[in-house]
Amino acid sequence: MEGDKMTEPIIRVRQLTKKYGDFTAVNDLNLEIAQGEVFGLLGPNGAGKSTTILMLLGLSEPTAGEITVCGIDPVRSPLAVKRLVGYLPDNIGFYEHWTALENLLLTAQLNGLSRTAGRKRAFALLAKVGLQDVAEKKVGKFSRGMRQRLGLADSLIKEPKVLILDEPTLGLDPMGVKDFTALILQLSREEKLTVLLSSHQLYQVQQICDRVGLFIQGKLVADGPIQDLAARLFQDEKRYIQLQVDPADTERTHQILTRMEAIDTVEQNGDRFQIHTDKTPVQQLLKLLVEQAINIVQLQQRSYGIEDIYTHYFEGGTRHA
Amino acid sequence: MPNPKHSQLYAFSILVRKEIADHIRSWKFIILLAIIGLTCVASLYTALSALKNTAPAPNDPDAAFFFLKIFTTSDGTMPSFHLFVGFLGPLLGICLGFDAVNAEFNGRTLGRILSQPIHRDYFLNAKFIGALSVIASLFVALILFTVGAATLLVGFPPSWAECNRLMLFTLLTVVYIAFWLNLSILFSVRFRHTATSALVAIAIWLFFTVFYPIILNIVAKSLQPNTYASEAEIMQYQHAMLTLMRFAPSQLYSDGTNMLLMPSIRSLGPLHMEQLQGAIPSPLPLWESIKVAWSQMVALIACTIICFAASYYFFMRKEIRCP
Repeated sequence: MEGDKMTEPIIRVRQLTKKYGDFTAVNDLNLEIAQGEVFGLLGPNGAGKSTTILMLLGLSEPTAGEITVCGIDPVRSPLAVKRLVGYLPDNIGFYEHWTALENLLLTAQLNGLSRTAGRKRAFALLAKVGLQDVAEKKVGKFSRGMRQRLGLADSLIKEPKVLILDEPTLGLDPMGVKDFTALILQLSREEKLTVLLSSHQLYQVQQICDRVGLFIQGKLVADGPIQDLAARLFQDEKRYIQLQVDPADTERTHQILTRMEAIDTVEQNGDRFQIHTDKTPVQQLLKLLVEQAINIVQLQQRSYGIEDIYTHYFEGGTRHA
Repeated sequence: MPNPKHSQLYAFSILVRKEIADHIRSWKFIILLAIIGLTCVASLYTALSALKNTAPAPNDPDAAFFFLKIFTTSDGTMPSFHLFVGFLGPLLGICLGFDAVNAEFNGRTLGRILSQPIHRDYFLNAKFIGALSVIASLFVALILFTVGAATLLVGFPPSWAECNRLMLFTLLTVVYIAFWLNLSILFSVRFRHTATSALVAIAIWLFFTVFYPIILNIVAKSLQPNTYASEAEIMQYQHAMLTLMRFAPSQLYSDGTNMLLMPSIRSLGPLHMEQLQGAIPSPLPLWESIKVAWSQMVALIACTIICFAASYYFFMRKEIRCP
């Protein structure tokens, strides 16, 4: 697809399949993620996102297919992969009666850091995620947002090359989501990380993803930059322009519109017009309307975007195209 | 990370340390420790005061083993030390193991630990080693404390033979509690709720301490040969009953401790008169005592290993996906 970017993928998945009995959780998945990319694995609940992530980490065995992460096969050498990959599961668990620092220190030591080095790194990361003031507080008293921040620090403690986040924004309030995604983006740029994040909340993660993959019922339906994705998925659908004018001007507007040859069809609904056209640019129409002194309330070029992806794949759940 | 082998050992020691710290900080352990500590100290105190006032009988072959008698004698008000341990030890083992895996699974910490660069079995091994070292240090401390207090009280040190027997007694006790520990770890791998695994483990413990003897009594009544039965029939009946009794782990433990702590015991089963004829009422050497209860001790160790192997098997195949 995007040839030059794909020369040296850090994560490569080929024909990956995972079955639980008769149920196919992941079906023939092919995926390549380049170094330094922020990739969003999007899909409704139960699409097989978490299963894929567990297989990338070597925590679950694939039924068929090949995976390489940083050139290593996680099925054969899970330890080497786990050394390079930071993982933040959805709803991460901490030892509730331990302090934030102790929890991080355990992870640091499990990654081979000495006690003093681990403490240093834990403090540095707590400062980065903005929890330096509560380092000595027990995690049991933390709010949801603080836990996610601590989880991010926890997954960064091993200085990973790849960061895998499973539903990182789940259960956070809108402000929390905004802060948290900004934090992920900032840290990934600072530490030059490749980030793979899964989510079913399309809107919340679209801002930070370079590329997304749409995952429905165990299959990757499409992948690419999110705007291209919509264009590609809905390429057969026609574009239209939505126009709303002052009620006094509806009669005149109708006349102008029907006179224009480039317009295929016009649907009128009170003072609202839906103009189907492939040729007329919106500026041209606007200029014409302004010249005729028509009071425009709203003029919008409607292209298919993520909202349409969302309604088609996430809410309806029906297969499209 | 200089050497991966070294760093793996380091990570394992970190996990074990975490387990030990968790145990000794937890309330359930502190409460059980208090119960066991108090009952054991009380039983040892009554044993010591009983021994202080009664001089050993001249024909008592165990008279030379004063330090062993502390653990088996009682003045009637309290059960002796080894009976107490046989009864409360399983509770300690269950308490240390019943939530080993499922609590971490439900708390979602299992996934976090396993996504670190450690082998998967390290987690389970650390659970076992951590609890085992807590148990071992507890009983070593308790027995050393008793021997030390008794030495101060009576004014002479234990002999080598006594030390060896006490060492083996400690080892046997640790193995016995490790069996219950492994059983409860097995349940904690199999059952998702900590309450289920705790209740199942306690139910098995109750079954063997309360109901199994009752069932055995009923069986014994039905099997009992009449008063005029031949000697062979009576022997057969006795052997059958003993075999049935030894299905309970506590019976295996008490057979083993009896042999270790009472050197004059020559057999755990029935003996013919002619087998006893000409026997000098003297204590057996340590190795001979061990031989008498060898099969019981091996059975206990085997049960422990089987339980651990089963939990290992189930743990390695467990989906660690969070609920």
